[in-house]
Amino acid sequence: MRIGIGLPNTTPGADGTLLLEWARRADAGPFSSVAVLDRLVYDSIEPFAALSAAAAITSRVRLATMIAIGPLRGAAMLAKQAEAVNTLSGNRFTLGLAVGARRDDYTAAGVDHRTRGATLSEQLAYLRGRGTDGMQVLVGGSSGPALQRMARYADGYAHGGGPPRAFASAATKARAAWSDLGRPGEPALWGQGYFALGDTERGTDYLRDYYSFTGPFATQIAAGNLTTARAIKDFVRGYADAGCEELILLPTVSDIHEVERLAEVLD
Amino acid sequence: MKVTIVGAGPAGLYLGILLRTADPANEITILERNAPDATFGWGVVFSEETLGALRDADYPTYLEITDTFARWDAIDIHYQGESLRSRGHGFSAIARRRLLAILQRRCAELDVVLRFGVEVDDVAALAAETDVLVGADGVNSVVRRADESTFGASVTPQGCKYVWFGTDLVLDAFTFIFRETEHGLFQVHAYPFDENTSTFIVECPEHVWRRAGLDTMTEQESIAFCQDLFADELGGHTLMSNKSVWLDFPLVRNRLWHSANQAGNTVLIGDAAHTAHFTIGSGTKLAMEDSIVLAQAFVRHPASIESALVDYELERSPTVERFQQAAGQSAEYFRRVGRHTHLEPVRFAFNLLTRSGRITHASLSVRDPKTVATLDSSFAGGRAVTPPPMFAPLELRDVRLTNRAVHQVSTVDKIAGAADTGVGLVLVGPVAVSAEGRITPESSTVDSLRPTTGATVGVLLSHAGRRGATRPPTQGVDLPLPADQAWPLLAPSTLPYTPGSAVPKAMDADDMASVRTAFADAARKAAAAGLDLALLDLAQGHLLASFLSPLTNKRDDEYGGSPEARLRYPLEVLAAVREVWPEDRPLGIRLTVADWARGGLTEDDGVSMAERFAEAGVDLIQISAGHTVPNSQPEYRRGYLTALADRVRNEARVTTLVGGYLTTADEVNTIIGAGRADLCVLEGPC
Repeated sequence: MRIGIGLPNTTPGADGTLLLEWARRADAGPFSSVAVLDRLVYDSIEPFAALSAAAAITSRVRLATMIAIGPLRGAAMLAKQAEAVNTLSGNRFTLGLAVGARRDDYTAAGVDHRTRGATLSEQLAYLRGRGTDGMQVLVGGSSGPALQRMARYADGYAHGGGPPRAFASAATKARAAWSDLGRPGEPALWGQGYFALGDTERGTDYLRDYYSFTGPFATQIAAGNLTTARAIKDFVRGYADAGCEELILLPTVSDIHEVERLAEVLD
Repeated sequence: MKVTIVGAGPAGLYLGILLRTADPANEITILERNAPDATFGWGVVFSEETLGALRDADYPTYLEITDTFARWDAIDIHYQGESLRSRGHGFSAIARRRLLAILQRRCAELDVVLRFGVEVDDVAALAAETDVLVGADGVNSVVRRADESTFGASVTPQGCKYVWFGTDLVLDAFTFIFRETEHGLFQVHAYPFDENTSTFIVECPEHVWRRAGLDTMTEQESIAFCQDLFADELGGHTLMSNKSVWLDFPLVRNRLWHSANQAGNTVLIGDAAHTAHFTIGSGTKLAMEDSIVLAQAFVRHPASIESALVDYELERSPTVERFQQAAGQSAEYFRRVGRHTHLEPVRFAFNLLTRSGRITHASLSVRDPKTVATLDSSFAGGRAVTPPPMFAPLELRDVRLTNRAVHQVSTVDKIAGAADTGVGLVLVGPVAVSAEGRITPESSTVDSLRPTTGATVGVLLSHAGRRGATRPPTQGVDLPLPADQAWPLLAPSTLPYTPGSAVPKAMDADDMASVRTAFADAARKAAAAGLDLALLDLAQGHLLASFLSPLTNKRDDEYGGSPEARLRYPLEVLAAVREVWPEDRPLGIRLTVADWARGGLTEDDGVSMAERFAEAGVDLIQISAGHTVPNSQPEYRRGYLTALADRVRNEARVTTLVGGYLTTADEVNTIIGAGRADLCVLEGPC
C-alpha cells in the first residue's frame, strides 16, 4: 500500500506559502501523493488551483483530488481544469470525484442538488468520452447507485473515510460492482483518514467545525481523528489488510511540522 | 457522575450494576413504570459468546445467572413428519423473571436506587437534572419518543405475525416445528428456560393468519387453536398465556443513539436503540452488551461524557448493524419459508440453519460434522464418503457438469484458460448473434466459436440492443463509439440507454424476424462448434431484456403493454432457438429477475416470468438484476443475488445459476447445500 499526504487547503490559516512548502517537503519525503479536498462555502483554496501550484514545484508525487465535488462545475469546465492539472504535472494527476455532502455548496454554485448523482454520471460520460488516457479517475460514494457509477465510468474507488473495517466492507462492494459491470481486472482502491500529531485539540476542533453541517455526526467524525503514532500505525495496517492501494492521510492543523511528524511515524 | 436510567429491564439494571462497580461514587437511579415482579414474556436466550462477556463484566451476577441456566447444544427441526437434530450450537436460556430478580437483587446490594411504578412524562426535565439520562425503556421508549427527530428513529413492522406462549412441556433442544395447514404454513420456535417451562412462539405470515381467522379470535380461542395445531408435539402439555396476543415485530432503528447538548446528555440502549428480529434470539444479548460497552466507555473517558457516548455508539453500531442485517434475513426467511417445503429434510434443515448468513457450510462442519456429512451425502446418492456440495455433479439433459462452479469469461479467446481451472462449466459471453448485436468492436461473435476439449462449455447468446456500439470496457462501459465507428442500434422503443447513448431504432416486423433468425442461426452455429449448453441473454438491458421491462418497452403493438405481451417476443426467440438447438443439450436463459428501479420489474414479476420460461421448457435460468436502466438501485455485497436465486429456484421450481460476487468455495457449498441455487459463478481464482 502506498501512502499519500493531504495538502492543507481547507485547514484554518493555511496560506499559499504553507501549501507550497508542504508540497515540496512531501515530494522529498516518503509520500507517494499529495491530495486536496474541495469545499465551496468554506475558507479554503480551490483544489485544481492548489494542485496546479503543487505541480509546478514537485516532480515525483502524484497529485489527487480526494475528492472534488464534480457537479459544482460544468462538465466541460471540469474536464478542462482536470486536463490542465494533468498536463502541467506531466500525467501525475488522479481525479477523484463525488457528489459531496453539502447542500450549501450547491446553492452557492447555482446547481440543482437533487439531480447531483445524474449530473456526476453525465460529467463522467463526458470526461471518458474524450478519451482521457493517462488521467486516473476515481469516484466516491457509498450507495449502490454511486458504486455502480464508479464501476461504469471510473478506474477505481475513492472511499470517504472511517475505520479499516468500514473500508474493507466498502472495498468488497466496490469489487462486486466492478464485476457486475463487467469491467476487467480490479478497481483501484483509495482510502483516507484525518490525523493531527502536534496540536491534536486544534485538529479535532477543526474537524468539528468542518463537519458541523452534519450536526451530531461531526463529533463522531472528529472522534476518528488519528492523534497518536499508535493510532496511525493501527489504521495503516488495517487499511493495508483490507486491500487499500493508496491511503491518503489528511492534515487537520496548518502546521508544516506535521509533514515530518507523519513521516517519522510511518518510517 | 449522576445517572438516571429509565427502564428496569435487563439493559437498565445491568448498566446500573456495572456503573456502580466501576465507580462507587456514581449515583444511579433507575425508574420503572411497572411493579418489580411484572414481566412479559417467558425465557430469554444467550449464546456462549455472550456468557463470556457477562463473566468478565460482573462475576457475581454471572455465577447466579449461569446457576439457573437451561443449557443445550441441539437444534431440533420437525418437518414433514421427520425430526432432524443438529448439534454443537451452545445455547443457554433463563426465565426473564428470574434474570430480572437476580439483577434487581444485585442492584440493591450495590445501592442502586430502584423506583418502581414511576411514569416518566417530562423527559427534558429529567435530563436537565442529571449528568446522563439513559433510555433503557424498550421498544416503546419514552426517552426516544421525546426527541425522535434527533435520534432519527424509525419503527417498522418486520416478518410474520407471532405470539409468545409458555408451555409446561420441557424440551431438551431449541425446537423448530413446521406445520402445513389448509390456511398455509405455521412455524414454532420453542426452547426450554428452566426445569419446568419452555418458551413456545407460534408464527405465520399475515395472510395465513387472516385465512385461519386468527385476526378475529379472542385470546382463549387463539390459545386453543395453537394447542390443537401442535397437539402432537405438545403431547398433552398445555400452552400458557401471559398477555399472549398476536403481534407484529417492531424493527427499531435510530440514526443516532445519543444526544449531547446544553439540555443534557441522553443515550439509548437495548431495544430503545435497536431491535433484532426474535428469530435470531439476540435482543437481550445485544441489550446487555450495550450496557457493558457503555459502562466501559465512561471509564475510558472520565473527563468527557460526550466522548464516552460517542465511543459507545461507534463501538456498538457496527455490531448491531450486523445483527440487524442477519435478523432481517432471518425474518424474511420465515415469512417465505413456505416455498421451501418441497426440499428434502436435510436440505430444508441446512437452509434453515444458514438463513441469516451467520452459519455456513464450513462453520457448521466444525460444530456439527454429522449433519454436514448427511447433507453432503444427499448429493451423492447417500454414499458415506463424499465431497462437499460444490463438487456434486449436475445433469442437465444429456450434459453432465462435473461440479457446481462456473467461470464466466467475456470473450472466446479466454475459454481455454478457464477450462484449465477445473470448473464444472465455462460460460462464454455475451457472444453476439450478429455483428450488429455486439456490445463493443471487441465482443466475440458466434462465428468465432470453436470446439473446446477437456471442458464443458456453455455460450451466452446475446444481442446488445441499445447497449451496443460502445467502447471496449478498459475505460468504462456504456461509452458510445465515435459516430464514424458505430453501427445502428435496435430496441423495442426509441429510448437511448444513457443521455449520451445513440438513439436506437424501434424494431419493426422485419427487424424482429431477422433478429429471431439470427438467434436461431447462432444457436445452430454454436451447436456445430460443439458447445454443450446455450443461454439466451434476457438480462442486463440487452435487446431481449428490453422487451420484458415496462421501463424500456413502450410499444403499443402485440409485443408491448401487458406482461404477457412483453414476454411474447423473447418467448418466440426461445422457441425458434429450441427448434434448432440439439434435443440432448440444455437450453436456458439469463434473466433480469428485478429491475431495481422505480416503475420497473419487481421480484414478484421476475418470479412470474421465470415460471413462464420454465413452462416454455428452459432447463436453466441464470439470475441477473438491474441494468435495465443505468440508474438502478443495487445493494452490492457478497452474494447480493442469492436471495433472488432462492426465490426463482424454489418458487418457479427451475434449475438456477447465480453469481453476485461469490469468491469462496464455502459460499458455493452453502448456497448449493441449502438449495438456493444449483450452480454458482465463482470469481477470483480463475
